[in-house]
Amino acid sequence: MQSSRRSMKVVWMLGVLTGIAATAAPVPPARPAIPSNPYESQRAPTPLNELDHLVFAQWKKLDIQPAKVCSDAVFIRRAFLDVIGTLPTGKEAKAFIQDQNPQKREALIDALLKRSEFTDYWTMKWCDLLRVKAEFPINLWPNAVQAYHHWIHAAIRDHWPYDRFARELLTANGSNFRVGPVNFYRAVPSKDPPGLAKTVALTFMGERAEKWPAEKLAGLAGFFAQLNYKSTQEWKEEIVFYDPLKTNAQGVVTQAAVFPDGKSAEFSGDRDPREIFADWLISPQNPWFARNIVNRIWSWLLGRGIIHEPDDIRADNPPSNPELLTYLEKELVAAHWDLRHIYRLILTSRTYQLSAVPNDSKPAAEANFARYPLRRLEAEVLIDALNQITGTTEQYSSAIPEPFTFIPEDQRSVELPDGSISSSFLEQFGRPSRDTGLESERNNRITADQRLHLLNSSHIQRKLEQSPKIQYLLRNTTTSREAMGGLYLMILSRYPTEQEVQAFTDYSMAGGMKGRETALDLAWALINSTEFLYRH
Amino acid sequence: MNSNQNERILASLRGGPITRREAVRRTFLGTAGLLLADRLIVPARAAVRPATAKAVIQIWMWGGPCHLDTFDPKPEAGNDFCGPLSKPIATNVPGIRICELLPELAKQADKYSILRGMTHGVNGHETASYEVQTGRKPGTGQVYPGVGAVVSLFKGYEAGYKGLIPPYIVLTELQGRFSESGFLGSRAKPFATGGDPGQTPFVVEGVVARGISDKRQRARRELLHNLNTLGVVIKNDPSLAAAEQCEHQAYDLILGDAGKVFDLAQEKDALREKYGRNTFGQACLMARRLVERGVPYVTINYKGWDTHKENFQAMRRNLPIMDKAMATLLQDLSDSGLLGSTIVWWGGEFGRTPRVQWEPPWNGGRNHFGKAFCHVVAGGGFKGGRVVGSTNATGEEVTGRQIYPPDLIGSMYELLGIDTEAKLPHPQGWDVRVMPATGENLASAGRLTEIM
Repeated sequence: MQSSRRSMKVVWMLGVLTGIAATAAPVPPARPAIPSNPYESQRAPTPLNELDHLVFAQWKKLDIQPAKVCSDAVFIRRAFLDVIGTLPTGKEAKAFIQDQNPQKREALIDALLKRSEFTDYWTMKWCDLLRVKAEFPINLWPNAVQAYHHWIHAAIRDHWPYDRFARELLTANGSNFRVGPVNFYRAVPSKDPPGLAKTVALTFMGERAEKWPAEKLAGLAGFFAQLNYKSTQEWKEEIVFYDPLKTNAQGVVTQAAVFPDGKSAEFSGDRDPREIFADWLISPQNPWFARNIVNRIWSWLLGRGIIHEPDDIRADNPPSNPELLTYLEKELVAAHWDLRHIYRLILTSRTYQLSAVPNDSKPAAEANFARYPLRRLEAEVLIDALNQITGTTEQYSSAIPEPFTFIPEDQRSVELPDGSISSSFLEQFGRPSRDTGLESERNNRITADQRLHLLNSSHIQRKLEQSPKIQYLLRNTTTSREAMGGLYLMILSRYPTEQEVQAFTDYSMAGGMKGRETALDLAWALINSTEFLYRH
Repeated sequence: MNSNQNERILASLRGGPITRREAVRRTFLGTAGLLLADRLIVPARAAVRPATAKAVIQIWMWGGPCHLDTFDPKPEAGNDFCGPLSKPIATNVPGIRICELLPELAKQADKYSILRGMTHGVNGHETASYEVQTGRKPGTGQVYPGVGAVVSLFKGYEAGYKGLIPPYIVLTELQGRFSESGFLGSRAKPFATGGDPGQTPFVVEGVVARGISDKRQRARRELLHNLNTLGVVIKNDPSLAAAEQCEHQAYDLILGDAGKVFDLAQEKDALREKYGRNTFGQACLMARRLVERGVPYVTINYKGWDTHKENFQAMRRNLPIMDKAMATLLQDLSDSGLLGSTIVWWGGEFGRTPRVQWEPPWNGGRNHFGKAFCHVVAGGGFKGGRVVGSTNATGEEVTGRQIYPPDLIGSMYELLGIDTEAKLPHPQGWDVRVMPATGENLASAGRLTEIM
């Protein structure tokens, strides 16, 4: 026993030594040279599209020095995480880094926008905003969650124009179990007309209507006064419908309402007022509708809205770059409300390609996107990435006994339909409660207990130790340098630098540990690095 | 709410509860005028009493045990109500009887008070859990934080708590269908230990790792630092600085002395036996150790009380474990002088139907019952040996003094010195107080002045 352990150690150390010896030899052709700063390319930022010209003009005006263009390794990792909420595999990272096509960044974006994970990831985002949750306080109930989630997923998958998406959510009638979008009016903090108006204003105008003058809110609330709910013979089924006879607290049917721009609308009794409102809202001339969504998409991809916070739009919270915002609004209308067009514009811009290493410390630099901002991975994305790296899974189950909800073990956390189905990991890492639809519900701030969990929990340690993927990698690599390169590609989507190779070599030599243990410790160190935990 | 506003509220917390007079005085002094402006709109009220309690141990009886089977027996009601548990026993307080399966707790009755008038009328787990632990009615469009989140806000880091152990601990799992932190968000979430205190070692997630020596811990931490390339390239980034600070705190727990609090082997074997060598027994012991180290709020999430079927078999199985552990906890807190400053709060989201469902498939089960149930409180300024409120002959109605959840919660806050009219930090900046003002459409029959 003792001797076999020793001999394994010797084998490992030999591996280390051959690895070092190999570095002295000419660099193998497949491996590009790794600079000590693997995050930046040497290219200076030059504008690529119209959007860039607007951003660059602002930098010039404010005398802001932008960051350099990011490296290919950073770009593929960033694009995967931002566009599809998924870590690139080691193989994907390697292929992209080695690809000689000068247009490869654009090609990658086009490929990512077509992947099924795009639908899954952005469905999760919309389910946060649209409060898709079975239990308290939203209380949709599992059947309704399934219908609502399925509808959102299908709309994103089938590239519904955004105006149609919004109109259906606003005007649907029918059963919560059968007509997914009616749950928009059920998943609300408050079902009275002012409560519904607040939710509508937040979701589609990016405004906090509780800050409005009372008469403005009352004016908008009028459009939702004829909305009614009734139960059926089926347990927890509810019909959401236009009820022309519904009377308000004063016993009268509401006859008129006022649009948020101050124009009034009169009801004739033969048309659902929600339709009148929806037609006003989704008109290309409406000042809120396009602005809200392009600003949100910008903030989702670049960490900060042109108007910031993106769901707190008001006259005294001006955009940092009004021309840029106007440009994106026009582009969306011209593209017939195809949101992917806006994604593509941003993702193929030079602005999006900037490195996270700042070149300017002025506060205005952050507000004008002069570097890519560091952001901790979202709870679901983080656990999915850990599962992908290690080849392990998470188990989820619904606490509601009836109707039974089955979650397959290999389902990714991003795909969880129901905000009520969770885990202590997701809670600890700030998954939103889906109670209010506010963007700030998602908390990506790092805490000591999160670090404790990643550094030292049995949950994470078990994933590493039982990882079939790391096992496979170690079995199929001959030198420690090769194994190290494999782990770096899997976890950080890049090759190690020479300093990193040296640091790990020192660790392997000093440890008195088995080769497998040192390799697991390397994987452990990489998943605990800020480079892994943060989008960069 | 912007961060400035938050800061102000939190700054006001650091000073602890402040009476109106004190607030006015400070305003005149000009030191904290702005900071306290909010408080001045609060109408005059009695000064906050001096705090007697520093900590709470909440024994959360998930599922809701029946009052008839525990602290409000009804032997005279007959088999259809009390089933085989028809011989309640006397306690060390004359006139108070409790269930025959609680002999050890019978010897401790002078330390606790039984709240037999508990009522809220809600029969769903989630809504009842919410109401009992937040003191608010559901359906207001707000998700209020639970007692633990509020206490750890007012007694935690923002109020000068310096411990490395998080100020709000749950043994061992979160409640799941109840959001402990409500609108306070993830910063007010409890730390769930995971693991099983009944096992040796008690593997607290993140703090105690099996099979990794301290030497390897230290070595791999160094490796982590040596591979910190991003941190070398990007300097002075606030998010990276925060991550680094959190790492330091985490290692203080992993490698420092603070984490030793979870090492139950430091306790004498005899005492561990007395608590019971099982999950709940050792969780009670763990709770005492945490409170001893200054942790202000510990919840023991004790499952297994949702006995729709074969209720009495479950009681015979579970009550002796509970009896032994909870009685030892009370005795141990009292022996170590902690009971005076530690509230022990026992109870679930509701009671269970007093009338037994003998028919299949229940076979002697009990359903949810929010109309009448009981809780138990001890220590921290609550008097022992009392009964507050009562139920009728069958346990189906509260007769006399009613106790609604906010009455109990408000009383605990009072003992803890938490100003029930202080503002809570709210994400949308709404004016939300620790307890609802009277007239906020909430049933209340007043604080538990009988036992305070």
